Amino acid sequence: MISALWDLRVDKVVADLKEGKRIDGRKVDEIRKITITHGVSENADGSARVKLGLTDVIAGVKMVPGTPYPDMPDEGSISVGAELLPMADPEFEVGPPRDEAIELSRVVDRGIRESKAIDFKDLCITEGEKVWVGFVDIYIINNDGNLFDACGIAAMSSLLETKMPKIEDGKIVKGEYAGKLKVRAKPVLSTFAKIGNVVVADPILSEEKAMSARFSVTITEDDNITAFQKGLPGSFKIDELNGAIDVAMKNSKQIRKLL
Amino acid sequence: MGKKKEEQIIYVDSKGKRLDGRKVDELRPIKITAGVIPRADGSAYLEWGQNKVFAAVYGPRECLPKHTASPYKAVIKFVYRMAAFSVPDRKNPKPGRREVEISKVCGEALERAIFVEKFPNTSIDVTVEIVDSNAGSRIAALTAASVALADAGIPMRDMVCGTSVGKAGGKIIVDLDKDEEDASDAVDIPIAMLPNSKEVVLLQLDGVLTRKEWDEAYKMAEVSAMKVYEVQKQALKAKYINGEADANKAEKKGVEEK
Repeated sequence: MISALWDLRVDKVVADLKEGKRIDGRKVDEIRKITITHGVSENADGSARVKLGLTDVIAGVKMVPGTPYPDMPDEGSISVGAELLPMADPEFEVGPPRDEAIELSRVVDRGIRESKAIDFKDLCITEGEKVWVGFVDIYIINNDGNLFDACGIAAMSSLLETKMPKIEDGKIVKGEYAGKLKVRAKPVLSTFAKIGNVVVADPILSEEKAMSARFSVTITEDDNITAFQKGLPGSFKIDELNGAIDVAMKNSKQIRKLL
Repeated sequence: MGKKKEEQIIYVDSKGKRLDGRKVDELRPIKITAGVIPRADGSAYLEWGQNKVFAAVYGPRECLPKHTASPYKAVIKFVYRMAAFSVPDRKNPKPGRREVEISKVCGEALERAIFVEKFPNTSIDVTVEIVDSNAGSRIAALTAASVALADAGIPMRDMVCGTSVGKAGGKIIVDLDKDEEDASDAVDIPIAMLPNSKEVVLLQLDGVLTRKEWDEAYKMAEVSAMKVYEVQKQALKAKYINGEADANKAEKKGVEEK
């Protein structure tokens, strides 16, 4: 439910944008300040906390041995999950992930997977028998909008510092590590909101309440596109999409420097 | 994805022909029949290559459970499901994360086309069952659902039509089939739009694509989506203008022909 207070904020967001201003004074293509803290959990094989403005998320990686798929006997995998914790927003509820959380984690997963940031062959332990599965679990601590980008940055940051558990004679040695997980690319997710006829980068919560449609793009360091996701009932014209892709190419470079 | 031996496969040959003989910008054959489920308020059956899809619409009707209703508009509840036998290995009938995500983006895509604001506190339930699949089933689902909504007489600003475009073997192609989706460099981009305003209402991408390739892919998608729109219109005309308005009558005719 949208409270009366949010209605007022939405009106303000829309009115300001008509005059070319954003509610927090940013330019339409400007992202918020990003802070990345590494090693937030000692038990995780890799972890990171990311603040994107006031949006706050924590991601952790656990490397878990698993069985490969029969058609890809020498390939491990990654799995991304996102939890919208009830502490993060009054609208988030306890319980299994709903469609918002599923979409969020699948979009983050898609960008990383398709960029081949992790070569699944690197995750092979014994062909046909044992491979590593990298579980990336992301928890939302505070929601001030654009969870997509915050989770994308957190997932990459935590993967980049993930240590590989040590294996001796085919067995895992608890608590010991053998080098780091090889990360071969740094894909960056950039999300845009369409409000009226304006497309803004990195929407804050009040802008998200006002948006009719959302568009996310993942870009790699060689300027390739590795994921798109359009969401919500509004629509985009092709020029708006292309404009967003161009901004994503520019902004992703700035974000990648922090990784 | 990522099978080993496909290095030698030529996805588009020197004559511009694809593995199944199609041209780069050629869709698989599409057949749509409106009004195949008599109990539903609106329905459609679609075949798109090997994909076979039933879509049914119920509503606008009371939105239950009540807290999911909106006082401002009808809520579109889109359910995309795959039958257990519709894929090469049996699929667990329990809806997976993929189906949840597809249901979400497809429902959102349709909402733009429907005058939802005319039906506050109601839901429009759209269910799609994939009974056979071979790549591109979410766009097939959306295409069928759009016809089913029109068949239900729900006021719409436009149809929703689309296709997937993408890349296999370095070439930009339209409407990838499963073999093409399995290429090592495959890119799959499902796109849906409103044909009259060219507003993009669904867009996803998997794979690695340059900015230039995207421009090329989008142009092909727009042209192909219009072809899909024509098939949708034909399906509705066949039922409502050419006098086959009664689903049972159409059914009987089919039996007699045999």
